[in-house]
Amino acid sequence: MRVLRRWYGEGPLHLLLMVSSLALAGYAGVRLLDGDTLLILVWFVGAALVHDLVLVPLYSAADRALRVPFSRSPGLVNFVRVPLLLSGLLLLMWFPLITRHAERYEPASGMSPDRFLGNWLLITAALFAVSASWLVVRTVRARRRATKGRPSASH
Amino acid sequence: MGDRRQRTAPHLPRAPFPLPTGPAFWRSPVRGVRFTAVLGVVLLAGITLLFVTGLLSYAAYNPDLAAVNDKTPAKGLLGFYLFDWPTGPHWLYRLTQGLHVTVGIVLVPVLLAKLWSVVPKLFALPPARSAGHALERCSVLLLVGGALFQFVTGLLNIQLEYLFPGSFYPLHFYGAWVFFAAFLTHTCLKLPRALRVLRRGLPAAQDELASPAPAAETVSRRGALAVVGAGSLLLLVTSAGRSFDGGVRQTALLTPRGGAEPGTGPNGFQINKTAAHVGVTPAETGADWRLTVVGPAGETQLSRARLLSMGQHSAALPIACVEGWSTSDQWWRGVRLRDLAALAGFPEDPPGVLVESLQRSGPFRSVALRDNQVRDPRSLLALAVNGEDLSPDHGFPARVIVPAAPGVMNTKWVSRLTFGELR
Repeated sequence: MRVLRRWYGEGPLHLLLMVSSLALAGYAGVRLLDGDTLLILVWFVGAALVHDLVLVPLYSAADRALRVPFSRSPGLVNFVRVPLLLSGLLLLMWFPLITRHAERYEPASGMSPDRFLGNWLLITAALFAVSASWLVVRTVRARRRATKGRPSASH
Repeated sequence: MGDRRQRTAPHLPRAPFPLPTGPAFWRSPVRGVRFTAVLGVVLLAGITLLFVTGLLSYAAYNPDLAAVNDKTPAKGLLGFYLFDWPTGPHWLYRLTQGLHVTVGIVLVPVLLAKLWSVVPKLFALPPARSAGHALERCSVLLLVGGALFQFVTGLLNIQLEYLFPGSFYPLHFYGAWVFFAAFLTHTCLKLPRALRVLRRGLPAAQDELASPAPAAETVSRRGALAVVGAGSLLLLVTSAGRSFDGGVRQTALLTPRGGAEPGTGPNGFQINKTAAHVGVTPAETGADWRLTVVGPAGETQLSRARLLSMGQHSAALPIACVEGWSTSDQWWRGVRLRDLAALAGFPEDPPGVLVESLQRSGPFRSVALRDNQVRDPRSLLALAVNGEDLSPDHGFPARVIVPAAPGVMNTKWVSRLTFGELR
């Protein structure tokens, strides 16, 4: 047992779990890759790589850039950050429809894809409007508290 | 795993240019084991539901019944659980597949947040501390690649954007098993600690995901979880309506098959594939159209008028698509499949039937239905819907409608029914 730990670095249960899991993944993986093997592999591994090495750095950098103008009152950044994030999420998920790239949609379903771009823009507008009203309410409340002479809540 | 043993000193001297391989590079004060554990537990419940409903959907196509139904003939043991898909309750597939796709959509923000929360581990050095750790990292690649592969193929498929390298069915089915193998292992390895941390908390010094040099806080962990929840809620509100008709569908603002119905009147409800799209022309479906019914009694040609002269029966059944959208119950009227089986020479206990369509394209232009589906008195060769003749897009002159079957099993523009021989 001690030899296994030294050589393998984990307990025997870990080894059994890993082997059985990778064997099952292999069994399904052989079938998954039966076809355009290279391209499927590129999609599978590429999905992880594109997410970790492109998407995450991209939105992290965007977030960092967004925080710069709010450096004096960092809490305020959320009023832009959150609606922007939600809007971006919707675009990321539905870009084939929003950008009218999904050309099969209309002939197959008999429904126009034209509404997606407009709806996305309207939802984005609504998200920012909610955020703006939230900010207004918060500011008004903070002012009232300040004029009543009580110490204002720390943000 | 060995995370427990690899601890970061609480106060590392800040390097002038921190690299992603060092913990000081990751400065968000939101990251932490507890944050990851909350998201992990949500994903455990959600992805288990996705896997189970996915396997049910696979079984709903009766792939073991006939070669025409089977898009994954190499499945081997992965189809071990297959069973005869039932015909009741009639909303069964509408429920399971609606859950599969809607919950999948709603989980996207949770998945992305979970991956974000553990991204420092991707860059941690050394890449492998031991053989066990190396194996585990291979498994994590299958986990992350598999999760993204499944979500991306699913989201593209429901938008009819077939960019993925091959047919959706084998990719999503085998991909699910690869992913699930890694998901199960990950759950076994991580769940005990996640539950412990959620119950009892974790001293900061033992939190290997927390930044040793956090930036000023702009959002609390609770706030960040609330944003993830808001994302899921937004997706739920803008997509759940696609499983209902009329006004409720209008609330599905951003999902395919949301918004106004494609038409008005009795035939105005959702169309999976229009007649034009699959190459069915008015010339083929006009007065010269004949339904060929084949069985021990020989081959019989039936005109639409002849079908209308047979006993007409009604059934209120939905259309429920593998893409997750569905309609409310529509009122179908036509000839029972079991009456057609009797005509073909099976007066009692009819067998399954091979249904062939006029359509030129589509992976399900012919499908096999099982005997339980033929025998159900609600299974019809429908000629009318909601009190009016079928429209061309809903399968005129005649279409199959079977309770609880996936949408594409309800063949439109039927040209031939072969009872007993499914090929």
